[in-house]
Amino acid sequence: MAENTILPPLAERSGALRWLRKNLFGSWVDSILTVVGALIIFWVVKAVLVWVFTVAEWQVVTTNLRLFMVGQYPLEQVWRLWLALAFIMFLIGNSLAIWARKSYLITILLIAFPLLLALLPFGVEPRKWMIILTVVGVIGWLIGRAKPQALSRHVIIGWIICLPIFILLTRGFTPQEGFMPIVQTNVWGGLLLTFLLTIVGIIFSFPLGVLLALGRRSELPAIRITSVLYIELIRGVPLITLFFMAQLMLPLFLPTGVTIDRVLRAMVAVILFSAAYLAENVRGGLQAIPKGQFEAAQALGLSGFKTMYFIILPQALRLIIPILVGQFIGVFKDTSLVAIVGLFDLVGIAQTVLSQPEFLGLQREVYVFISLIYWVLSYGMSYLSQQLEIKLGVGKR
Amino acid sequence: MRKTLWFISIVVIASLALAACGGGATTSTDGGETVTVVETVVVEVTSSAPVVVAPTGFGVTLETVKARGNLICGVNSQVPGFGYVDANGAFSGFDVDYCRALAAAIFGDASKVEFRPVTASERFTALQSGEIDILSRNTTWSLARDTELAGNFVHTTFYDGQGIMVPVDSGITTLKDLEGGTICVQTGTTTELNLADVMAAEGVSYTPAVFDDADATFAAYAEERCDAVTTDKSGLVSRRTVLADPSAHVILDVTMSKEPLGPMVRHGDDQWFDIAQWTVFAMFDGEEFGITSANVDDIKASATAPEVKRLLGVEPGMGLKLGLSDDWAYNIIKLVGNYEEVYNRNLGPDTPTYIPRGFNSLYTDGGLLYAPPVR
Repeated sequence: MAENTILPPLAERSGALRWLRKNLFGSWVDSILTVVGALIIFWVVKAVLVWVFTVAEWQVVTTNLRLFMVGQYPLEQVWRLWLALAFIMFLIGNSLAIWARKSYLITILLIAFPLLLALLPFGVEPRKWMIILTVVGVIGWLIGRAKPQALSRHVIIGWIICLPIFILLTRGFTPQEGFMPIVQTNVWGGLLLTFLLTIVGIIFSFPLGVLLALGRRSELPAIRITSVLYIELIRGVPLITLFFMAQLMLPLFLPTGVTIDRVLRAMVAVILFSAAYLAENVRGGLQAIPKGQFEAAQALGLSGFKTMYFIILPQALRLIIPILVGQFIGVFKDTSLVAIVGLFDLVGIAQTVLSQPEFLGLQREVYVFISLIYWVLSYGMSYLSQQLEIKLGVGKR
Repeated sequence: MRKTLWFISIVVIASLALAACGGGATTSTDGGETVTVVETVVVEVTSSAPVVVAPTGFGVTLETVKARGNLICGVNSQVPGFGYVDANGAFSGFDVDYCRALAAAIFGDASKVEFRPVTASERFTALQSGEIDILSRNTTWSLARDTELAGNFVHTTFYDGQGIMVPVDSGITTLKDLEGGTICVQTGTTTELNLADVMAAEGVSYTPAVFDDADATFAAYAEERCDAVTTDKSGLVSRRTVLADPSAHVILDVTMSKEPLGPMVRHGDDQWFDIAQWTVFAMFDGEEFGITSANVDDIKASATAPEVKRLLGVEPGMGLKLGLSDDWAYNIIKLVGNYEEVYNRNLGPDTPTYIPRGFNSLYTDGGLLYAPPVR
């Protein structure tokens, strides 16, 4: 009899009021803290909203939107950038369909992102292109969904040739007149320049950093000492001094009459700097791999290169994804220093926009706007990396 | 797998090469002899560095510029009224228009100029290394810069100097009106000393309110803690525009210090120096003779004064002496304008960056603009 009367556990009574009482007004102290906190939040939010919607003069941003996006890049050639973006969008659609079939939220977010941007006060032309971008993304996704197996190899190749294509389209290839006239780097600017500096910095510093990390652990003294010297020297100076070296000192050392493109100089400085940091991060990952892994690889008869390539590096790099992403976000934001040496990246453009006589004294609007751009992109990177970690199961194994 | 690796490495190399072509490593072609001058030069940032000056020699710069097909002009991108990028992505400003005038004189096309924004610290390096052909970036002419930086200053285009700003409704129009008043000034600068000197000379007593930095100085002025505020005129202009009601403040027509701003060229190419110099003079002459971009064609057709005829190339010969075509000055005035037009476009009364002409008036109006005769 007694065995049969097993009572169900007491159901947690839920409800908004109960939750409030438990979490926010549990005691007198809690209540006071809640009220004070709510008031502070109210004041701050109200002040911000009032400023954003009534005081701020956003005209400085809407009028100069093009400068913020592409700098002085000639308007009649901007379609090339859109074309490059469309190619990337297609790849994104493809990749999502192939490798992230279940992640509907990310898929929708990424593909609809241009459409959301079209809600902002851009002109007719950019809006048209934004809609095209979303359409291309959807087409890419549908194609990827139809034939995931057959396509995956092509998509990887697509991603690899994506940066060269982007740079080729941005720069053009026919001199002066013609189908795609060359656009000199001195008119590359705004988000375009920030973006290129970041991407080039990340992509080229990565292999260099891995090589340096391996070099530092090498048993050959020459390689080891070179790597250590490089890492410690570059890591020992601030990035801005590298930029100054590249922009101020380098021209004096070059043979007379020879000049190297300024944007290229900045790119090289970013790559060299980032590689030194990345090398140490990768070394940390390498050290976390148990010795048994090396011994097992050796026992299987793998060569040194194969051991690294197939056994050690894949594990080490997976371990340091959060650190790598942190560093990449750092690179993205560090590129803003090129404004100090006279390049028109996002910050550089902001400074010159602030010198336009009709928009003097609107520092707040301009800096809030570019901060927002930096934040959206940085958070985007962070979010995607978290999804990647979940996908790879980092932290679970 | 190996195939993929190869592919990746080829792509990586290819895109590096692409990026490298971005501007390309270019070797300048100099027809004449290449003179490499190596001398020890004191640069502002790097205390003392050996400077390799770009190839210069009589006529080399003009030849290089013509071969390249455009002029490369080092400008500022952050000074309202003098150099900035407008919403259409084009450079604008007083110093920028000078570059256009120079391009007009050389090519007969004011658009054949590439603007290179240079920062205060890199401007002289950029000039010395040949990255820019001319520096037009509100640079003050001083003895040290004229000698040590391997450059020559062309005739001053803008006489800046310390000015003083007061509220319009205060009724103050001269320094004498400030008797017994308070003046906001930044401490530790020549500004403070200049103010003391000038006021002592004028016999005006005042109370200086000193602050450590420019922001604090102008904040105090905005809060009406002083009757006037003083700094360089071009600085006053940009500061005024950020005040709550810019039109309620006026910059007095008084100049308390010497800050001659003008373009700068490299040592060693006297022809280039002459061209840069006479471009300035042609703009002065345009104003003096009443030639504007609007009436230059009429005047050219009906000119009787010999000097105007020589200037506009009706009577040939003058342009040739500079290594240019005879319509060099005509092109400057036609395509860019005379000094007054350029001034009013960027710093005139209708602009937010209005600066009274002061010393920047013709000598006939009591200013300092005086061009030698064209003959």
